Amino acid sequence: MRREPPRTLADYAPLAFPALMLIVFFIVPFSTMIAVSFFKRNPASFYTPDFVFDNYERFLSVFFGSVLAFSLMLAILVAVCCVAIAFPFTYLLTKCGRRTQTVWLVGLLSVLSLSEVIIGFSWSTLLSRTAGITNLLVAIGLMDQPVALLPSFGAVLTGMVYQALPYTILVLYPALVRLDPTLIEAARTLGASPPRAFFNVVTPALRNTIVATLIMVFVFALGSYLLPQILGRPSNWTLSVLITDQAIYQSNMPFAAAMAVFLVLISLALVGLTLLVGRREHAL
Amino acid sequence: MSGLSLNAITKTFGDFNAVDDVSLTVPHGTFVCLLGPSGCGKTTLLRMVAGLEEPTAGSVVLDGADITAVPTHKRNLGMVFQSLALFPHLSVGDNISYALRIRGASKAEQAKRVEELLALIDLPGFAARPVAKLSGGQRQRVAIARALALSPKLFLLDEPLSALDAKLREAMQVELRQLQQRLGITTIVVTHDQREAMTMADLVVVMGKGKILQAARPIDIYRKPADAFVADFIGMTNLLPAEIDKAGRTVVLDAAIPELAMPSGMSKASVSIRPEDVHLTAPGNGVLDGTVSFVRDLGGTIETFIDIGGTAIIAVATPRERPNVEVGQEVGIELPAECCVVVKS
Repeated sequence: MRREPPRTLADYAPLAFPALMLIVFFIVPFSTMIAVSFFKRNPASFYTPDFVFDNYERFLSVFFGSVLAFSLMLAILVAVCCVAIAFPFTYLLTKCGRRTQTVWLVGLLSVLSLSEVIIGFSWSTLLSRTAGITNLLVAIGLMDQPVALLPSFGAVLTGMVYQALPYTILVLYPALVRLDPTLIEAARTLGASPPRAFFNVVTPALRNTIVATLIMVFVFALGSYLLPQILGRPSNWTLSVLITDQAIYQSNMPFAAAMAVFLVLISLALVGLTLLVGRREHAL
Repeated sequence: MSGLSLNAITKTFGDFNAVDDVSLTVPHGTFVCLLGPSGCGKTTLLRMVAGLEEPTAGSVVLDGADITAVPTHKRNLGMVFQSLALFPHLSVGDNISYALRIRGASKAEQAKRVEELLALIDLPGFAARPVAKLSGGQRQRVAIARALALSPKLFLLDEPLSALDAKLREAMQVELRQLQQRLGITTIVVTHDQREAMTMADLVVVMGKGKILQAARPIDIYRKPADAFVADFIGMTNLLPAEIDKAGRTVVLDAAIPELAMPSGMSKASVSIRPEDVHLTAPGNGVLDGTVSFVRDLGGTIETFIDIGGTAIIAVATPRERPNVEVGQEVGIELPAECCVVVKS
């Protein structure tokens, strides 16, 4: 469908409300944060307006650098795990009957209604020594005695993948439903076994969808703050945890702001790089 | 036996018989058209030959070997889909050589075969083009070339030309037939277009409601349709009610045609007569009289619609053969007995 481009000021009116919201709740606070990141900390009265790079300088240390690297690595790992699990699952789901699909999708949507706190504490119970799944393994004779599986990196990863998986499936689902099933049939008539047809045809045909989903889950996981604290050791804490710690417990707002700005810039750069690489490959 | 045979194939979806006890023998090198209205089971039958559907009962035998349980990718066939199903992320050349890559052919072999096939479909030098940049007819040819890459034993096409405009479709029908004859490959095409079937096929299989209604050479189907449905589906026809009068003569509408014998045991039937066999004459000279109700002058041929007491008969003739009659005029009609076919109504 082709529409007329908007001409008069009145044609742009529907944009006014979202624009206002974006300005009031995103641009203004974000600008404030950028400004604060250059302010000087004043232990007696929060901070004083200034223009110094101290906060950024302090960030450039081995400690904060490694926390940033860990946060990025965790977010990438969560994104890769989610897509690796969700892509084949969603593909098989679209091959099921309408009823089966509905039941699964409703189930997945209901997971979205759980808050991060509930997910965190449920997993911490599930992975605990006293009431966790290792008790089941002991009961069926696979283990000698129950063990605690947390706090650990594995527990953080499990919880975050669990939290992001429904989003991943819901983003992949429309693209996979629209995929022409005869593409795979064509590959099969040309001699490809079903798994080979899947990797030769479905995966490349949906490359852009996969890249977009990876980026979405990456950004989603980067902001994770609660689950690393509930399920992980301090060494598994993300930059978001440190930012909160600085802002709320250390009352060092300029430093927290500087870390937040840095995190946003790094993630924007990574997303941009992914898109750039994707476009170049596509051109070949 | 060399060729394909389908033995008592049935396919049931729930309690619906999509294909109902179909048997068919296709000698090697035959061009078969499965023809029928939508939902008659022709596509399902083709998909069972390809192995994309499993028959509920019956067997598929190719060159003497039962391939009913052989998965699609081991059947050595080429198939063109209605949607063409070209791989959007691959170039023309990579689409065509896909089957060769799967078999592990060397780069040089692949390139050579792609050249051959592009020459075959008359698109030389197209190997590097992206599929998205092709026109409808070119995509069609690429899909055909891709299916033929491994010189398959069976060439299957599911409504291959339906996306093309009428002129291109007619041209492609001729090309496809010539290609098939050059390669001598056993070919099955699903179509709902009877002109397409008449143009290309050695053997036309008319299907309806999951069953084969008639399988014969195109001209035999046209001249001797098995029943009223086939007669009506293949080309234009006049289906007229016929019965036997007290004197034992066959009466079509009000016209007694003694030379036309009804099959024994049948007292009521239909008579199919093609419009080009209906001749116009002066009133009283033919077996029936009627009024011209409409004239469709197509230039090359003229279709005359004649109303006979509520029944419409269509006569087709070239302008030279046809007496000059106009709407509202009384005319006589001749129905040559040798052109009439008695079919079950």
